[in-house]
Amino acid sequence: MSHTTTDYKSDVKITWCPGCGDFAVLNALYQALATMDLDPKNVVVVSGIGCSGRLPIFVNSYGFHGVHGRVLPTAMGIKIGNPKLTVIAVGGDGDGLAIGGGHFPHAARRNIDITYIMLDNNIYGLTKGQASPTTLQSFQGKSSPYGVSEENLNPIALALAYDVSFVARGYSGQLKHLTDLIIEGVNHKGFSFIHTLSPCVVFNDTYKYYGKKVTPIAPYENTSNKMRALELWQDKQHIFLGSFYKDETRQTFNERIRDIIGQFPRDDEKYFRELVNRYA
Amino acid sequence: MKDILVRIGGEGGEGVISCGEMLTTAFARSSYDVYTFRTYPAEIKGGPAMFQVRASDEVVLSQGQAADILITFNEEAFQLHGKSIHPEGLLVYDPAHYKPEGTFEAYAVPLDEITLNVVKSKLGKNVVALGVCSRILGMSIDLLEQMVRDRFGKKGELVVAKNFEALKAGYDYVDKHPFKKKLPTFESVQSPFKRIVMSGNEALSVGAISAGCRYYGGYPITPASDILEFMEKDLPKFGGAVVQTEDEISAIASVVGASYAGKKAMSATSGPGLALMVEILGLAAMSEIPIVIVDAQRGGPSTGLPTKNEQSDLNLAVYGAHGDAPRIVLAPGDVEECLYYIIHAFNLSEKYQCPVIFLTDQSLAHRTQTFPWPDFTKVPIVNRILPTEAELKEYKRFVMTENGVSPMALPGMEGGCYAATGLEHSERGSPNFTPKMHTQMSAKRAKKIQVCSMEKGFTSRYGAKKAKIGIIGWGSTQGAIREGVDMAAKAGIPVAHLQMKMVYPLPEADVREFLSSVEQVIVAEINYSGQFNHIFRSHFLVPTISLTKCEGLPFYAEEIFAKIKSVAAGSEKAVVGAALSR
Repeated sequence: MSHTTTDYKSDVKITWCPGCGDFAVLNALYQALATMDLDPKNVVVVSGIGCSGRLPIFVNSYGFHGVHGRVLPTAMGIKIGNPKLTVIAVGGDGDGLAIGGGHFPHAARRNIDITYIMLDNNIYGLTKGQASPTTLQSFQGKSSPYGVSEENLNPIALALAYDVSFVARGYSGQLKHLTDLIIEGVNHKGFSFIHTLSPCVVFNDTYKYYGKKVTPIAPYENTSNKMRALELWQDKQHIFLGSFYKDETRQTFNERIRDIIGQFPRDDEKYFRELVNRYA
Repeated sequence: MKDILVRIGGEGGEGVISCGEMLTTAFARSSYDVYTFRTYPAEIKGGPAMFQVRASDEVVLSQGQAADILITFNEEAFQLHGKSIHPEGLLVYDPAHYKPEGTFEAYAVPLDEITLNVVKSKLGKNVVALGVCSRILGMSIDLLEQMVRDRFGKKGELVVAKNFEALKAGYDYVDKHPFKKKLPTFESVQSPFKRIVMSGNEALSVGAISAGCRYYGGYPITPASDILEFMEKDLPKFGGAVVQTEDEISAIASVVGASYAGKKAMSATSGPGLALMVEILGLAAMSEIPIVIVDAQRGGPSTGLPTKNEQSDLNLAVYGAHGDAPRIVLAPGDVEECLYYIIHAFNLSEKYQCPVIFLTDQSLAHRTQTFPWPDFTKVPIVNRILPTEAELKEYKRFVMTENGVSPMALPGMEGGCYAATGLEHSERGSPNFTPKMHTQMSAKRAKKIQVCSMEKGFTSRYGAKKAKIGIIGWGSTQGAIREGVDMAAKAGIPVAHLQMKMVYPLPEADVREFLSSVEQVIVAEINYSGQFNHIFRSHFLVPTISLTKCEGLPFYAEEIFAKIKSVAAGSEKAVVGAALSR
C-alpha cells in the first residue's frame, strides 16, 4: 500500500501564524514521507521548543516534543532504542544553536543516523521577537533596540567544521527543492543536517532578503570537496541552496554499537555467571 | 563472636587499596562477613590513601570505628590514623620510617627492606603487607596463594611467582617474629552459602542489567563514574547499548528517548549531575515515560566535597522540578539491597510510567560488603503495560484509568501513533490547556504515586517490636543504626528501628504502624538541615527528634547509641502519640 501526504497529516489544528515559513517545511516533510512511502508507525519526528517545536504534533506518525535544546540527544536515544525507526529531528535556530548548541558537534562525532532539519527563522518567534544566534547584526527588535551586539552564527559553517556527514540548505520558498533535500537527508547513511531558511513573517520577515540572495549550488559542484563547500558558504553575494557536503563512507553510531554488541554471542546466563564470579 | 577492624594507610600509588581489596576477598573466601570503607586523596597520584576492612563471623553492620590493627606504609599514615588505633590494638610499622609511641602494641616489620630483598624494587610492598596481615589474622597460606594466582594469573607465571614470593616473605616474617597481642584468628571455615564481595555501584549495575536495562547514557562524575565504566564493559554482552554523552542533560534526554522507543533505560550521576537533569525529569513525569536515575550522593552544595559522603540530595530528588512532577525515590540500605532494589526501581518505573530516582551515596557506592550469591529470580521483573489490539483501534495514550496508569504504545506499533509531549495534553496526547484537563491530568499523574505509596516491602524493621524510643533512617545509614540499636539493647534500652527504602512516596501503612508502636521517634540522616525529617514531619504531622551529621562521613554506631541514650535520659520533649491520634 502506498501512502499519500494525507496519511501523514494529523487532525490537530496548526497553530502557526499565517504566512509562516514552517508551513512549507511541514508540507515538504509530508511530501517527502509520501514519496519515500514510509509507514507512519515507523517514523518518529522529534522536536525541542519554539515555533518549530510544535511540528511533530501536526504529523501523523510517532512524535516526541521534548524540552528546549535537547532534540538531538533525545532523537539519539530513540534511534538507539529502536534502530529500525526513521528518526527526523526538527528544531529552530535558538533551540539548536543557542541553548542546544553543545549537542550539535557530538551528534556529528557520533554520526548518528538521523536527519536534523533546522527551521531557521533568524528570530525567537514563540517568545515574540528576540534576537537569535542567526539574527543579523543590523536587526533592531525588542531585545536588540540598537541592533544585535553579537555577530550571527552560520549553521552551515558549523556543520562543516563539526564534520557532519551530510550538509545541505533548503528554503521554505522552494518547496520541491526542500522536499528533495529531506528525501536525500533521510536516505543518507549517517547524520544529515538540513539548514532550512524558514522566515518569520511577523517578527523578522526575511522573504525579500532571501528572495534576492538564494542561488542553487551548481550541479557540477563536487559534494565530497569540503574546501569548496567552505568557499560556497563564504560567498557574500549569494546564499547557496542544495547539498554542500556528503560523505557516506563513515560508520554510523548504530553500526558501531551493533559491532560492539556483535562481539558477544547472546548467552545471558553465561554472562551473569561470569559477572558474579568476578566478585567471588 | 569474632569481630576485627584492620586499617591500612599509606601514600596513594603504594597499593594500599589493592592490599585492602585482596584482604577483603581473603576474608570472604574464608567465609567471613566483611564491610569495607575507604578514603581517597583528592589528587590522582599521591596524597594519603586509607582502606579499612571490618570482618566478623556474624553480619557486619557498619564500618566500625577504632582499628584493632593499623598497618602503616609510612609515617604520615601513623600521623593521620594513629589516634584511631584501639588502645589495646596492634600497630604494624616499618622501623626505618619512624618510632611510634602509644598504649597499643607497636610491632616492627621492615616492610621496605623485605620488599627490596625479595622483589628487588619498591613495588610489591602491598603484597608483603598482605602477607604480614594474613599471618597475623591466622589465614591459610594456600587460600592466599590461590588469590594471588587469580589476581595476577593473566599477567603470566613469572608475575604470579614474584607476587607469591613477596606474600610468603611477609607471612614468614611474622612466623619468625611473633607479636604479643592475642587476636581472633580467621582460618577458613565452612559456610551454608557462598559469599561474594561487591561495592554498591557494582551491585546496582549487576541488578540493573538483570532488571532488563538495555540502554545506559551517562557522564563521568565522582562517585558514580564506575557505574558508567561497568556498563560500558558489560552491558553490550547482554545486547545493551551505552553512550558516554557530552553532559548529564544529554544523558537523561537520551535515556528518555530510548525508553520512549521501548528500552529499559538508566543513567547514574551525583548531585551536580542530578541538578542538570531536573528539567528532563519533569518531562519524563509529564510524558509518563519510565526512567531510572541513580544518584550516588556526595557532599554539597555545588562542587562541595566530591569524594565525601552525604545524604543531602533528598530535597532535589523528591521536589526537584518545576510544576507538580510526581516521581518515586528509593534508597537502598546496604550493598546487597543495591542489587535487589534497583530491580524494584526498574519495576516501579515501568509499572507507574514515571521517573524513579535511586539514592545511594559515596559510602554505599564504594564500600564493599559480603552477601550471599545473588538470586536473580528473587524480585520478579515487571514490564510496562502495552495497549491491546482493541485499544489500538481508538488509541488514547493517556487514557484515564483507576490507578492513573495508561497503556503505552511503542513506535512501530500499528495504530499507536501519538506525540509524547511536555505540554499539558488530552487523553490522546494533543496539547490541551483547558482548566479541566490540567486538573484531571495532574490528578492522574499524582494518583499513580498515591497508589505506589501502598506498595509493600519498602521498609524494614529491626530491634524491639514495641518500644518507647523509635528510630527512623533512610538509605545507607541502615547498618550503623542497627548496630547502635544493638548497643542500646545491650545497655537495657529497647529501641524499635524502621529503615525506609522508599523515601517518596512514604510507605503509608508501614510508617503509621511503626509510629503507633513508639512514644518518641528519632530521625537520623547525613545532612545538615534534616531533609528527610522535614518531609516526614510535614507528611505525618508528628513531632520528631532530628539527628543529623554533616562531616562528610557516615554515622558511627556509637553516635546513634549516644543519641538513644540521651533521649532515654529524657533530653527531648517531642512525643509522637498525641499528635498521631489527632
